[in-house]
Amino acid sequence: MSHPTPEQLREDAAQLLATIDPSALKPRDRMAIPVQEMPTQDPDQRVCNMEEVAVGYSREQVILESLRCLQCKNAPCIQGCPVSINIPKFIEKAAEGDFEGSIAVIKESSLLPAICGRVCPQEAQCQLYCTVGKSLRDVEKSVSIGRIERYVADYERENHLVKMPEPAAPTGKRVAVVGSGPAGITVAADVRKAGHDVTIYEAFHKPGGVMVYGIPEFRLPKSIVAEEIENLEKMGVTIETNFLVGRTRKLTDLIDKDGYDAVFVGSGAGLPKFMKIEGENLIGVFSANEYLTRSNLMKAYDPEHASTPIYESKIVAVLGGGNVAMDAARTAKRLGAQKVYIVYRRTEKEMPARVEEVGHAKEEGIDFLLLHSPKKIIGNEKGRVTGLELLAYELGEPDASGRRRPMAIEGSESILEVDTVIVSIGNDSNPLIKKTTAGLETNKWGNIIVDEQCRSSIDRIFAGGDIVLGAATVILAMGQGRTAAQAINERLAQEN
Amino acid sequence: MNKVLYKEQLSDEVFRMRIEAPLIAQERHPGQFVIVQIDTNYGERIPLTIADADQQEGSITIVFQAVGDTTHRLAKIEVGEYIENLLGPLGQPTEIERFGKVVCVGGGIGVAPMHPIAQGMKQAGNEVKIIMGARNRDLLIMEDDMQKIADELIICTDDGSYGRKDLVTVPLKELCESWKPDLVVAIGPPIMMKFCAETTRPYGIHTIVSLNTIMIDGTGMCGGCRVSVGGETKFVCVDGPEFDGHLVDFDNMMLRLGTYKEREAEDHHQCHLDLAIKEGKA
Ligand SMILES: Cc1cc2nc3c(=O)[nH]c(=O)nc-3n(C[C@H](O)[C@H](O)[C@H](O)COP(=O)(O)OP(=O)(O)OC[C@H]3O[C@@H](n4cnc5c(N)ncnc54)[C@H](O)[C@@H]3O)c2cc1C
Ligand code: SF4
Ligand code: FES
Repeated sequence: MSHPTPEQLREDAAQLLATIDPSALKPRDRMAIPVQEMPTQDPDQRVCNMEEVAVGYSREQVILESLRCLQCKNAPCIQGCPVSINIPKFIEKAAEGDFEGSIAVIKESSLLPAICGRVCPQEAQCQLYCTVGKSLRDVEKSVSIGRIERYVADYERENHLVKMPEPAAPTGKRVAVVGSGPAGITVAADVRKAGHDVTIYEAFHKPGGVMVYGIPEFRLPKSIVAEEIENLEKMGVTIETNFLVGRTRKLTDLIDKDGYDAVFVGSGAGLPKFMKIEGENLIGVFSANEYLTRSNLMKAYDPEHASTPIYESKIVAVLGGGNVAMDAARTAKRLGAQKVYIVYRRTEKEMPARVEEVGHAKEEGIDFLLLHSPKKIIGNEKGRVTGLELLAYELGEPDASGRRRPMAIEGSESILEVDTVIVSIGNDSNPLIKKTTAGLETNKWGNIIVDEQCRSSIDRIFAGGDIVLGAATVILAMGQGRTAAQAINERLAQEN
Repeated sequence: MNKVLYKEQLSDEVFRMRIEAPLIAQERHPGQFVIVQIDTNYGERIPLTIADADQQEGSITIVFQAVGDTTHRLAKIEVGEYIENLLGPLGQPTEIERFGKVVCVGGGIGVAPMHPIAQGMKQAGNEVKIIMGARNRDLLIMEDDMQKIADELIICTDDGSYGRKDLVTVPLKELCESWKPDLVVAIGPPIMMKFCAETTRPYGIHTIVSLNTIMIDGTGMCGGCRVSVGGETKFVCVDGPEFDGHLVDFDNMMLRLGTYKEREAEDHHQCHLDLAIKEGKA
């Protein structure tokens, strides 16, 4: 199978576009336009670099893809969007070549379109409901809403058209934001716009949350996240790194002693789960968080410059089937592993990872060992991993989540030879803030309990993102950030 | 950015530094540590125990041995210059109360983090005996500081160049026999802590050790710092750094500390050439 180059895809689109009169298109004609494939780096090449895999549509492709939209009156896609972007409207403008107008529509609802266009699970959100996909009975044939979103956001950024919102006149009120992931960034921007003073406190030495330490460069270039952070600073938001709320300062001290009028907690879900099986502390067993942080945040993929080492692996098993697992597997491949397995105890259909990531992982030669789960990790006398004992599984009756429950097949043990195991079976929420904040209510998973306005059990303390939702998504974190910011702004306005 | 206020070379490879960090100075308690990173873009993050703090000056003191890439570079930072990133205070503070008779064992630069703990124990009304150990006289640090606190100070060197020519476990065993302490706190190289725990085990004396594993974030996010304690996996940065020495799986911990051994050996060699420290002494 030859890999189409971006140039080929552009030319094909240009040829087809030349034959089309947009004003004369009937719905049937629109649906006949082929889905525009995302141009990507050639798989053989991209496993040798860290650069972005998906290179983005050309102008011709984005217009063609936008022409596929039927401009449905009821716009079912909007219901699938966690922040209710006016999808048909931004696509209409993109189809006209009015990319500035298009991005302006998105920005009415979303703050981080260049990021969401890249990492949102669109096939489970807007695109799941798209009429085109429904009519063609294939969600993969829905309008590629995310790719269009990415194009217009990149267009705006690359052409330096980003306009900073002018904050309202100073109110004299101060708001602290804990954590600089998508939830924190969103709150900071929206609260600052209302004229309040905002300081973000971030534990790490660099802001950005999971978008910086977890999601790899080849999927989300760090320069894009950095630009969002710079924009915040241009709006007058102060960012204090190396500040661990709960330790450097207690959460309630921010209000009681430092005089903040409100605090938003967006501290994420960073507590890696392990499987609690034998051998989990052998050398060569890592949480995906550790492995990815070493590579992304600490830049271990660049040993020429970086001081932080990363394990040299030949054969890697990644345990899990989510985005994090795909990221870890694809990172291991890029760091030189000869063979990388994804070990998942259900089938591909149940995998929570984005379909696109699973596809990219396969193109890159990642092996999928489905319906298998580890029983124990085997090591040698030096304490290093040498293998994984696996059990085969089959799917039984659906469980509470509606997914069919995997059941171990007795006596099906087998050994997989590996030297590295990356555990990627999810995150719990970090207990630090809860432990150091009396009266802050959490549920049994340690997630902060909030009402529909993101208010916690303590007055003036709001929370949102993964610390409330459990490990979720960028867009949901952003959505909660918006809700919380609105509640904070309303609350502070009442106090004038 | 944190300014270096004071720097002193305590021995060949060991440095003491006072760094401006008013918030950390205010919040820290004995037993806690910081994460230091020298270069935001490419530097590694390493944990160092807080040896002391001065709230008035708004500073903390760290004592470190130049053994790896980062500690070597740290040693080169001069007074008036800045450390790019400093995060803390991290970890659980030492439980300090009136236990009765306490033996503090400090080995090598473990003496530095032991200092505030010994001080705290003394202030809490304990009788405190201190055992200090080092490879040789040159590597012995903070003798005067410890002398001020100790009801009895026992010094051991491996080569007998100062004090007793013994491993710290020898006087520790003697004290277990004759003085019958209520608590032992041991901080030093893993192998020393392991054998201190083995020494006190037959006497059933509660023994606290402070672990220094490989860390990245220091906030519980990566699990790289994990150790097995009493058969359970614990994160040193948030559950520790202090644990019951009788329950720690030291052998696994020491193996894990060697995860990146090959690469570090290279760095050590390289850096020493830079600092023009003789290889033989390293
Ligand atoms: C590898 C990986 C891949 C992913 N891929 C996708 C994807 O493709 N699509 C998608 O939508 N989602 C993805 N996610 C999930 C998504 O990244 C998260 O849902 C989202 O980042 C959550 O945002 P947040 O703002 O709640 O928290 P985070 O992004 O986790 O940010 C929290 C920040 O708070 C800081 N912090 C924590 N505690 C404190 C404290 N006490 N004091 C100060 N600062 C603190 C942390 O250092 C961190 O920077 C992925 C996650 C991972 C780990
Ligand atoms: S559902 Fe699909 S076709 Fe209809 S408006 Fe939304 S994106 Fe366009
Ligand atoms: S250093 Fe990352 S969890 Fe402890």
